[in-house]
Amino acid sequence: MTAGRTHKTDKTHKTHCPYCALQCGMEIGTGREIRITPRTDVPANASGALCQKGWTAAELLTNGSRLTTPLLHGEPVAWEAALDHVAARLSEIRAEHGPDAVAVFGGGGLTNEKAYTLGKFARVALGTSQIDYNGRFCMSSAAAASIRAFGMDRGLPFPVTDLAGADVVLLAGANVAETMPPFVRHLEGPRAIVVDPRRTPTARRAWLHLQPAPGTDLALALGLLHLVVAEGLVDEAYVAGRTSGFEEVRTSLASWWPERVERITGVPVYRMRQAVRALAAAGRAYVLTGRGVEQHAKGTDTVTAFVNLALALGLPGRHGSGYGCLTGQGNGQGGREHGQKADQLPGYRRIDDPAARAHVAGVWGVAPESLPGPGRSAYELLDALGTPGGPRALLVFGSNPLVSAPASERVAGRLAGLDLLVVCDVVLSETAARADVVFPVTQWAEETGTMTNLEGRVLLRRRAVEPPDGVRSDLEVIAELAARLGHRFPSRPREVFDELRRASAGGAADYSGITYERVEAGPGVFWPCPEPGHPGTPRPFLDRFATPDGRARFVPVGHRPPAEEPDEDYPLHLTTGRVLAHYQSGAQTRRIAPLVRAAPEPFVELHPDLAERLGIRPGDVVRVSSRRGEDRAPARISDAVRRDTVFMPFHWEGVNRLTNPALDPMSRMPEFKVCAVRVERDS
Amino acid sequence: MRLVVVGNGMAGSRLVAEVRERDPDVRITVFGAEACAPYNRVLLSNVLAGTSRPEQVRLLDPSWYRAHRVEAVLGSPVVSIDRDAGHVVTGDGRREPYDVLVLATGSEPVVPPVPGVERAIPFRTLDDCERILRAAEGARRAVVVGGGLLGVEAARGLAGRGLPVTLLHLAGHLMERQLDVEAGLVLGETLAGLGVEIRTGVSAEAVLEDGVRLTGGEPAEADLVVLACGVRPLTGLAAEAGLEVRRGVVVDDELRTDDPSIFAIGECAEHDGTVYGLVAPAWEQAAVAADVITGGKALYRGSRLVTRLKARSVELAAMGETQLTEEDAEVVRFSHRARGTYRKLVIRDGRLVGAILLGESDAVGTLTQLFDRGGPVPGDRAGLLFPGLSAAPVAGSPVLMPDAATVCRCNDVTKGQIRACWEAGARDVAGVAAATRATTGCGTCRDAVEGIVGWLCEQEGITV
Repeated sequence: MTAGRTHKTDKTHKTHCPYCALQCGMEIGTGREIRITPRTDVPANASGALCQKGWTAAELLTNGSRLTTPLLHGEPVAWEAALDHVAARLSEIRAEHGPDAVAVFGGGGLTNEKAYTLGKFARVALGTSQIDYNGRFCMSSAAAASIRAFGMDRGLPFPVTDLAGADVVLLAGANVAETMPPFVRHLEGPRAIVVDPRRTPTARRAWLHLQPAPGTDLALALGLLHLVVAEGLVDEAYVAGRTSGFEEVRTSLASWWPERVERITGVPVYRMRQAVRALAAAGRAYVLTGRGVEQHAKGTDTVTAFVNLALALGLPGRHGSGYGCLTGQGNGQGGREHGQKADQLPGYRRIDDPAARAHVAGVWGVAPESLPGPGRSAYELLDALGTPGGPRALLVFGSNPLVSAPASERVAGRLAGLDLLVVCDVVLSETAARADVVFPVTQWAEETGTMTNLEGRVLLRRRAVEPPDGVRSDLEVIAELAARLGHRFPSRPREVFDELRRASAGGAADYSGITYERVEAGPGVFWPCPEPGHPGTPRPFLDRFATPDGRARFVPVGHRPPAEEPDEDYPLHLTTGRVLAHYQSGAQTRRIAPLVRAAPEPFVELHPDLAERLGIRPGDVVRVSSRRGEDRAPARISDAVRRDTVFMPFHWEGVNRLTNPALDPMSRMPEFKVCAVRVERDS
Repeated sequence: MRLVVVGNGMAGSRLVAEVRERDPDVRITVFGAEACAPYNRVLLSNVLAGTSRPEQVRLLDPSWYRAHRVEAVLGSPVVSIDRDAGHVVTGDGRREPYDVLVLATGSEPVVPPVPGVERAIPFRTLDDCERILRAAEGARRAVVVGGGLLGVEAARGLAGRGLPVTLLHLAGHLMERQLDVEAGLVLGETLAGLGVEIRTGVSAEAVLEDGVRLTGGEPAEADLVVLACGVRPLTGLAAEAGLEVRRGVVVDDELRTDDPSIFAIGECAEHDGTVYGLVAPAWEQAAVAADVITGGKALYRGSRLVTRLKARSVELAAMGETQLTEEDAEVVRFSHRARGTYRKLVIRDGRLVGAILLGESDAVGTLTQLFDRGGPVPGDRAGLLFPGLSAAPVAGSPVLMPDAATVCRCNDVTKGQIRACWEAGARDVAGVAAATRATTGCGTCRDAVEGIVGWLCEQEGITV
């Protein structure tokens, strides 16, 4: 192969967008230049929609900052040398400190094949319990709450196109107009009720916007549910026939009367009443949650409160209504099912379940007792690096934790304390820049693999363009390292997928009936799909929920304040979120010229009244400090944000120096969405 | 440790739950004078109004006590405290030893000493509430004596059931502790529109078979008389035990009485000269006392008072020092009596120290939180009272939009780019979309793009 890019001439390849969980269908035309056009045969964007990120995605493939050679301590090095070095160091560290001295950090953008292989690599080749992934920062609260309520976590347990037929959709902490713009087309019919501390582009278009103080969504959900009960709007027949545990919840609601909730949240009682009446009057309605309510030290309970609301109204498991969470990362759904999570094995199985261990060990050809138990959650894992008893080596795949983890200066210190940091990435991300060894890997259109979108629909991305010389796939890197550690791992995606199918068989996320051919023949296959002839399951809860008794479980929850509240020293709330032009840590999108033009730099959004009081004018550089660190960015003045709150986007290194690593006791989700800060004009 | 709690109302039951949450081991016994499980007194107005059923106000299920290993002795009032022996004694002679004792005895309704008052029903407990409801069934007209918060809620609730109600109030205007004169008048007018006849500056001289005789002899007809004349802290138990009692049982910042093993919280307690009659302070006190009892270091520094009326079609919030005048503070006021709207801010040293909001308003949440946190009041007072007033005007017409304005956010397309595209020959949305990708994301800018293209065509006299 010659240097540079060789493309099959004038061909088009059906694929999906490299970014968010909507996984819009697109065609890549490969001629003299790579062109992207939307597909109309993929339900997520059947209208032919794409956002700017999707339209410009081809630039990811031709970008000049692409890594094409392994780096050892910053210097280019041959693949064999780099692999040998890593394998030798891993063996030494393991020999000296034990298997848990090596840790693995994965990502929600990895294909199912990679997520699966990574989990297997950790448990079988490294023998470590220390594996988790950035999805812990994304979907863990919604996942924990869904499993608690429904016995299963499939983001949307219905096709996304069902939403269009609803009368009312409540979006709690989801700014879809910026995070997944084509999704908004599914909301053209319903009236939207948006819960968000900011008047986001999504909130602006809503029929009703409820604007609670950051960290009080849980109270708001309890207040709404109180009103549902008080106004006699409970779907009693549904509650009696399809749920359990409502009585305890009903009693707990007596403590959350709307006037009390108004004082906690700042949302007027009459607005709550409007929301509840609209939801109850709707023939078809959905309650959807996003990271805004989930990324809290009480995120699981907040989602539970919204699930309780949906259950009391009789929505989940009914055709045309329901509860769902809006998965964030491209393979955020599949990425949380196949074993890169600290407490999981493939098929969405629990690692502490003896039957699950026996099944998966059988597929892997190892003894069940050889599989390690649950390990540390993402932030706890990062925070343990290089500390006594903590891992000494870290392998990072498809993640940029230096930018995306909370209290990132602390995390940077931990990374610096490692004996070995290895990063697989497409570009030299902030984390890769600190690594001892960097492996340049293939991406998206250069490789084949399945993704499971926000609906639980398994999709296939086939290789459309030749990767640049010098890069290898993550699967190849893992297989090469495994080989050096004495294990034979497949590296061809289809072979891996077939093994994944067997490993997932009988689990909650059963992929055993799904094949590449079936996925390509239609617009994907919904899991669970337990056998080859099975049609897949677009709406898994219509007849029963995945709990032992088939009933959805109400769980009583109570509100408590954020882990850190404003005080004299740090008098304002900080909340963080997305802008339309960028994706996650920005490692990809900050290298695409049109996206940089659209959103060139981070900013601090503050209310005009606050700006006036602090003497800050638009564009002034503002210093924002918390107990954990500080960051600087230009001011953007807007009354879209509350007077007591400032907003910063999280796509650039810096804002997560400020955020609070207080963890949800159940999901271990950090409290990204609220902490206390001080804001000053930078002199 | 053996913890004994006297009183199982809102303060006592809350304290028990808070202690159990912090400490799974401490032995807890709670005595309640009422025989039922604890309930939310705040919601009794809703029960009276028929918007909540009695079972919906229960705070803890009987099963909670079993599950949390708390002994609840209900319907059994404590009659004395033996501090030397360290035990309490109940009416039926039970002696319960304590290491720590919490008094949460609450208060009792004030019953005016007028002839026939036994014919009237005070509005305090769930039992009272049920009695009132039974009486209301056959009644043709009701009188509520007392135009404070509870009296107003009771009157509104009964009127909402279709019963004509007369509300008698001694002071010159309703809720005079929370409202200024004008707010009281506006509230009265709103209530009048909902079927409540307001009589201020009057008092009852006697309760008769057929109503109330006012001072001066004038009758107010009714076959149901409800008393809402305020409450008085129940401090007898503490006083007899020799604890310091003024208006309430005196406590320090740890909610301790002058006996370090005895705490008092809720409506029976007096902290820093104040006896609170609302639930929020009682629950704040319960949390602090629970923390102290379980070894924590929390301190109670007093509460900010927000009064929120619970009455259908009457939105009223009042907080802090609402009656200060321009001499002592900056006062911002908006009154529109025809619409039942009254809004008032009281600002001192740049902080919101009081506010009244009558009538539906999006400002209520913001102002309550500003008051609670003592944060600085923004310079734009009008924007505070009228959220949205100061928002930048939206350029609705394509004519007014500057060229730099973003029309399509999803694909970052400005009006200028659309104009350029039009100048290059695009004459419809599809043409603009093909050239700029505008409208191809979420699709909500389609109308705007159509408007701009249409306007440009119109400017040039082109018909499409």
